[in-house]
Amino acid sequence: MILNDLLQLKEKELAARKKILLRCCMAAGCISSNSTGVKEQLEKAVAEAGLQNEVEVRGVGCMKLCCEGPLVAVEPANEMYVKVTPENAPSIISALQGGQANVDQTDPNAAFFTKQLSIVLANSGIVNPERIESYVALDGYLALHEVLNEMTPKDVVETMVKSGLRGRGGAGFPTGLKWGTVAKSPGSKKYVICNADEGDPGAFMDRSVLESDPHSVLEGMAIAAYAVGADQGYLYVRAEYPLAIARLQLAIKQAKQMGLLGAGIFESPFNFNVDIRIGAGAFVCGEETALMMSVEGKRGTPRPRPPFPAESGLFGCPTLLNNVETFANVPAIYRKGADWFAGIGTEKSKGTKVFALAGKIKNTGLIEVPMGTPLHTIVEEMGGGAPDGGKIKAVQTGGPSGGCIPAQHLDTPVDYESLGKLGSIMGSGGMIVMDEGTRMVDVARFFMEFCMDESCGKCIPCRAGTVQMHNLLDKILKRKATARDLAKLEELCDMVRNTSLCGLGQTAPNPTLSTLRFFRNEYEDLLQPDTFDGGANHSQTVTK
Amino acid sequence: MTNIATPVTPSPVAPAPAPHPSGDKRFKILEVHMKKHQFRHDALIEVLHKAQELFGYLEDDLLLFISHKLKLPPSRVYGVATFYHFFTLKPKGEHTCVVCMGTACYVKGADKLVEAVQENLKIKPGETTPDKKVSLLTARCIGACGIAPAVVYDGIVTPRQTPEATLEQINKWVQA
Ligand SMILES: Cc1cc2nc3c(=O)[nH]c(=O)nc-3n(C[C@H](O)[C@H](O)[C@H](O)COP(=O)(O)O)c2cc1C
Ligand code: FES
Repeated sequence: MILNDLLQLKEKELAARKKILLRCCMAAGCISSNSTGVKEQLEKAVAEAGLQNEVEVRGVGCMKLCCEGPLVAVEPANEMYVKVTPENAPSIISALQGGQANVDQTDPNAAFFTKQLSIVLANSGIVNPERIESYVALDGYLALHEVLNEMTPKDVVETMVKSGLRGRGGAGFPTGLKWGTVAKSPGSKKYVICNADEGDPGAFMDRSVLESDPHSVLEGMAIAAYAVGADQGYLYVRAEYPLAIARLQLAIKQAKQMGLLGAGIFESPFNFNVDIRIGAGAFVCGEETALMMSVEGKRGTPRPRPPFPAESGLFGCPTLLNNVETFANVPAIYRKGADWFAGIGTEKSKGTKVFALAGKIKNTGLIEVPMGTPLHTIVEEMGGGAPDGGKIKAVQTGGPSGGCIPAQHLDTPVDYESLGKLGSIMGSGGMIVMDEGTRMVDVARFFMEFCMDESCGKCIPCRAGTVQMHNLLDKILKRKATARDLAKLEELCDMVRNTSLCGLGQTAPNPTLSTLRFFRNEYEDLLQPDTFDGGANHSQTVTK
Repeated sequence: MTNIATPVTPSPVAPAPAPHPSGDKRFKILEVHMKKHQFRHDALIEVLHKAQELFGYLEDDLLLFISHKLKLPPSRVYGVATFYHFFTLKPKGEHTCVVCMGTACYVKGADKLVEAVQENLKIKPGETTPDKKVSLLTARCIGACGIAPAVVYDGIVTPRQTPEATLEQINKWVQA
């Protein structure tokens, strides 16, 4: 494949467009509400009405408003039908010829949609993720061509540095700096790994990106591989995402057939192969060193750093490891330029961030907003607030490593620094809204139980500390604890945070600490008075 | 710095496939899968996935077979199989009910679903009814948070579940 072939493919695809396009969501959420049946019936209804030449029914990825699925969008009318059933199909098709469909619609001009700015999700819900041509029609793989033909690896790294992109996997490490380090590491064999383990329970951004637009991630990985000098990539996907895995396998196959992956890409000397590795249900495998152990087919236990993966990673070779969303940002940065990207967001956090909005909120689904958007805009304006007239109490970000931001701080802009100041983290993008009915100590125990179960057991502070902290939280919830237990809990939090081997243990106390910071009264209300007997009674309270 | 530069690939010539003494064809299929991965040690997790897909769970005999074919110590195979939640060493029931206990589902009442099933079937998460009909399992987010609480009945993700709906499904299985 050369540039001309790519452009021809694009033209051909654009020329095949029909007057009316029905986009039917075929991502995991809507499929579970039978969007497959909806699509089938729509196709049948189109055929029965003899409209095959005017109407295209396209299976697409996530259209964001997951709570209202299955969704069907109509172009160019700019309408979106919600909660569509297969039985609704004839009615939707007859509405195309001037009738009125008896199916509920959502307002495409609602804040949920208009406040979004899509870079990562630009193609999501628009392209057919199972056809590479659909991606090419929207300038897919053009960035890779430009990078391979007009830039040296050094230029590529420099552009990334200039864009200001920071890793979307949680910690926000500058991506350009990481690429530069791997590029400079000596070694003839290097690897690129995409972290698609998405362990934060309550987050589904990466799943949606992979199911909706797998080629953007592959293109991003290929550009990264060229920049750092790698020829082999791995996508580590969690086993809980079978649809994402299937779409990726298909995407890799199609890209290979077209010569966009494999040997001599775009007839250049650059080779890049990608293989999928399927996780097996271990949260700790999202941590980079543990993930690499798992790719090597071993138990996923982390190891101390240094050496950093950039120097000695997979099979002992320099390895670049980035998150799905990080890679998905890459093609747009090279297509539109680093300055364009750096112009979006705040001073230190550039671009957009995708959040998975869920929990006690009216509109659940995916949103992508510029960095620095206030939380208030996200949960109240876009999310529509708590359902059934309830009141939002807190917003949880960062999952088991993050914290709860209370309602009085909803004016906080979402960027790495601001969330950090509140004792939470940006995390990978899970955003769980909690209302007045949620008990914060219960939330703290929930996350601690999670960390306790997921601790790999390699280091003692995490292995034993999470169990003890969990037991203390449980005791508080059962109204059997005293102020002394609470003090012990805080002491343990501090110890586990400072002495654990990897990020799992180091951040496990965060949900507890942040709920203690903002909702201390809820803990204190559950405490029993300390009996003043010099501790004689203490052992009794401790054991049960 | 370490210099374990390339993945360990044992003998390029694959051992002649000796059929498993049981004559069970699934062992043959598994072996073909291992061959596809050139019997590489780093494919162990891939192979275990395939084995579980074929057999439903990982019996000792099966783990030993894999260990023998991949030329890995049984301790390594067992260690990996027990490390990851996805692998199960016990047979599952005829039907499985996986309740998502991720954060989004939890705040929407997934714990009530587990409680309901637990009480109805008198089994805890991870257990199977004595008649081997139903297994109750919990998951850590299946990525369907937008339609929480979600339950997976025999592999089919079902949105917005209530204790009543869950029990209805379970009863269908039990009475069948
Ligand atoms: C316990 C733990 C779990 C993690 N889980 C994930 C994950 O599921 N997905 C992810 O991209 N990063 C995860 N990370 C962060 C990775 O270690 C790594 O920093 C990240 O993938 C780097 O990519 P980025 O620079 O693009 O953000 C996790 C870290 C820890 C400590
Ligand atoms: S928390 Fe249940 S699907 Fe994500």
